[in-house]
Order: sequence, then C-alpha cells, then structure tokens
Amino acid sequence: MTYLLQQTVNALNLGSIYALVAIGLTIVYGILRLINFAHGDMMTVGAYVALAALSALVLPVWSAMLLAMIVAGAIGIVIERLAYRPLRGSREVAMLITSLAISSLIQNSATMTLTAQPRPLRLPAELARRFEWAGLTIAPIDGLILLLSILLMVLLSLFVKYTTIGIAMRACSERVWTTHLMGVHVNRVIAVAFGVSAALAGIAGVLWSGKFGLVDPFTGFVPGLKAFVAAVIGGVGSIPGAMVGGYLLGFAEVFFVAFAPPALSGYRDAFVFVLLLAILLVRPAGLFGLEEGRRA
Amino acid sequence: MLHIHDLHVAYGNVDALKGISLEVRAGEIVALIGSNGAGKTTTLSAISGLLRPKRGQILFEGVEITRLAPYEIVRRGLVQCPEGRQIFARLTVAENLRLAAGHRRDRSAVARDLERVLGLFPILGERQQQIAGLLSGGEQQMLALGRSIMSAPRLLLLDEPSLGLAPLVVERIFQVIADLRREGVTILLVEQNAWQALRLADRAYVIETGAITLSAPAPVLLEDPRVKAAYLGG
Ligand SMILES: Nc1ncnc2c1ncn2[C@@H]1O[C@H](COP(=O)(O)OP(=O)(O)O)[C@@H](O)[C@H]1O
Ligand SMILES: [Mg+2]
Repeated sequence: MTYLLQQTVNALNLGSIYALVAIGLTIVYGILRLINFAHGDMMTVGAYVALAALSALVLPVWSAMLLAMIVAGAIGIVIERLAYRPLRGSREVAMLITSLAISSLIQNSATMTLTAQPRPLRLPAELARRFEWAGLTIAPIDGLILLLSILLMVLLSLFVKYTTIGIAMRACSERVWTTHLMGVHVNRVIAVAFGVSAALAGIAGVLWSGKFGLVDPFTGFVPGLKAFVAAVIGGVGSIPGAMVGGYLLGFAEVFFVAFAPPALSGYRDAFVFVLLLAILLVRPAGLFGLEEGRRA
Repeated sequence: MLHIHDLHVAYGNVDALKGISLEVRAGEIVALIGSNGAGKTTTLSAISGLLRPKRGQILFEGVEITRLAPYEIVRRGLVQCPEGRQIFARLTVAENLRLAAGHRRDRSAVARDLERVLGLFPILGERQQQIAGLLSGGEQQMLALGRSIMSAPRLLLLDEPSLGLAPLVVERIFQVIADLRREGVTILLVEQNAWQALRLADRAYVIETGAITLSAPAPVLLEDPRVKAAYLGG
C-alpha cells in the first residue's frame, strides 16, 4: 500500500511535468500545425536560467522560477519571429525541419558555451530535503511540482477560456484565415501562443532538474519527446487532452517500472511508445482528438 | 468610399483577377454578380488583405490599403462576412460575437451593438452559451452577419449570404442587409443569386473569368437581355 502511494506521488510528479510541456506542444500545433521539436529544449533553457539565478545571482527560488519562465518565454517568441514566421504559408514540413535545426542549435550552443558536463541544480534545502512521512519518502519539491503545475494549468485554462486573446487562440486553431477577418492581429496571437508555451516548458525544466538534480544541454530532449507522446495520446490540439495525456503517461511509465519484471524496467521509454501505438490504434485522433476543421 | 483600380490577383501562376476596377460610393449597396469561379471571392479576399495583388490599387476612404494587414483593414471599418459563413464551430455563439469586437475599445458601443444583434436575431440570444457548431445553417448565417455587425462596419463585404439557405431565412437576411444600409452602412454584395441581389442593389457589376464585363444601375441590369439569359434563368 505504501509502495503504491509512493509510486502515485512519483507518477503525479512526472505527469505534471509532461502535462506542462505537452500543453505548449499542443497549443502551437493547434495554431500552426507545427510539431515543434525545439519545444523540449525550452525546458533546458529554463533549467539553466534557474541554475544561474540560484547559484550566480543567489536569487530566491521563486524569483529563479519566474525568471526561467520569462527568459524561456522570450526565447520562444524570438524563435517564432525569426525562424517560423518567415516560413508561414510554405509547406508544414519546412517548419518541422526548421524546428529540428533549432533544437540542435540550442543543444550545440549550450554544449559549446556551457560544456556537456551535467551540473547540479541545487534547490534550497527546505525544498529538497527528503523526509519520511507515513512510510513515504517525500520532499517538499514533490508537493510543489504538483501544486504549481495545477495552479499554472488552471491559470492557463482561465486565460484561454475568458480573455479575448485566449478566444482568439482557439479561433486561430480552428480557422486562421477567418480569424484575420475578425480584426484579430493574428501575428500577435501566435507570438503569445509561443511565449506561453515556452514559459510553461521553461518552468517544467526547472521542476524537472530540481527534482532529478542535474542540468545538461540535453536535459529537455527525452521529456520533450515524452510530452509529445502525451500530447498525441490526449489528441494534438486539445489543451485538456494534453493535461490528461501528461498524467496518463506519467502513471503508465511509473507503474510500468514499478510493477514490470525488473529485467524489463530498462524498456520504459520503449514502453511509452508501445502505449502510444496501442492508443492510436483504438483512437487515431487521441483521447480528446478533434476532427480537422476547414483551414483555407 | 472604395476604389479598386486595375486589380490583378494570381494563385501561383494561374491568374484569377485580370484587371478589375470598381467603385462603391458611401451609402450604396453595390452588387457583384457572376457565376461560380468568376473571381468574386478572390476580389473580396484581396480587398480584405488576405491575398496580395500582383498589380493594382485598393483605396478605402481615399487611403491606399493595398498592402495593409487584414486586421488593420477591419479596424478601419472595412469588414467582410465570408462565404459559407465560416463561423468558429468550437466557440460558443457569445465567443464568436465577442471575438469580432475584440479590437474595439469603446465598451458601451460594443454592448449596444451586442444588444442590437440579439434584437435582430433573438435565436442567437437564446443560444449564446451553445457551441456555434450546433446551430442550423440559417442560424450560422445569422451569427456570421451578427459577427460582422460586432466589428462595427462602415463598408460591409458580403460573400454569398444567401447560399444554401431556406427562402424564409434568405428573406430575413436580406431584410437585415437593407436595415444596415438605412443605418448608414455601405455594402458590397457578392451573389450568385442575381435576382435577389439586383432587387436590393443600387448598382451592380458583372464579373466573368476575372474581369468586369458589365456595370450599370441594378434596375437596368435586371432588364438586360444578357444578364437575363446568363444569371436570371432566361
Ligand atoms: N486557393 C485557391 N488556389 C487556386 N485557385 C483558386 C483558389 N481559390 C480560387 N481559385 C480559382 O480562382 C478562380 C476564382 O475563384 P473564386 O474567386 O473563388 O470565384 P467565385 O467566388 O466567383 O466563385 C477560380 O478559377 C478558382 O478555381
Ligand atoms: Mg465565391
């Protein structure tokens, strides 16, 4: 029973991070039909920013997290402006390949300037200290990951539901052409979408490296791929889908490792993709998949 | 109010408009009629800034708008109600209406326009919180027109508002168009339903394969043998 609870805590943590990252992928895909391979690298950016803020600038952890979101968000906006916007209207694969190139660019420049050496991201002791509680080994960071993620998801949902720009984001993901005719400054909406997505990935990177302790230039790569799987499971383009997909994947992965024969636990990543294939066989559009609207 | 001069638009290397010139004066209803594929929607898309012309100018109230972004054009009061309604099916009725007024700062004017739209089309009021995709075709056209009103048009481009609708709904839509004109909105009405359009319009242009072939006061075109033969079913 305790073991089950412990695994649940782990799954909630992992799932929260996948969900935060998957939301950004799904928002950008919804509007531009772009599978943004550089999205996971925004996690890396966030983690390095927090590292610098905590160790070099000695900022409090809250400011470090905020700074990570701001810097990652700003970089997301700049990348859209410089790399994706000029390609708008060309074939979708052109943007996809560009996002792969940007991902390598970020990874390589981080390797050259910061070295590939993993660095410890040390959170303040009061967050990181593990203690025993009701037989569980937990740290305040576990609760922080869950609460902060849920808070951010609630805020994002309110933003998308009630603000004019949130409504415009949903309109764009349905039919961009017509959204122009509503007097919406579509380029600004797309910039906001990239900014919000990257900021969420940035904070997810801080939480990830805060939990697992290390940052290196490839930190965001694997969780970025997993988040992509989560987004597809939920139904790409659907924000609630990304959230559910993230947690589903977190649970599936943790419980696979916890309950599969030890010899198989090395296959956790492969298992994730098998799970994806299985779900897509049953529901090709994902759990919350939306049929394609007409996009002129 | 709107002056189009020698407008050329191409899709890739296929010419869709080959030198269109037309004019809409303040307070008029001008009809643009032509058969399927003649270039009517292309003309409106170019006016709204969605397509970049190869050549030619578009002036709105004396100012060149040929290279402005679509949102800038809407914010000047040149609004388009697109072909096939194009409502946002996954947004609610209220969200569709709100989106179209999103750029307006005068909240009390927006509130008045909303009242007005709900007064014109009470069914939209009843269904405000419903997903727009659940509306019937006629209701969707009402929503599309209501959305245009929410953008505060001074010149309204209407692309085949009667397409695929039941006669009663068509009548209602045309009534509202006539009302809008009485309130000072200028209208450029694109229709395949030439008879309806010509009865309502002051003047009309006939477009064929990307060029204007006739232009005259609407009552004259209603009697024109060529128009009768081609667009009014003999
Ligand atoms: N997106 C497009 N790509 C290529 N050709 C197009 C496109 N849209 C319209 N056309 C062509 O341009 C011509 C004019 O089309 P359109 O303006 O839609 O006509 P109308 O609205 O009068 O029916 C047609 O020959 C049509 O096939
Ligand atoms: Mg048309």
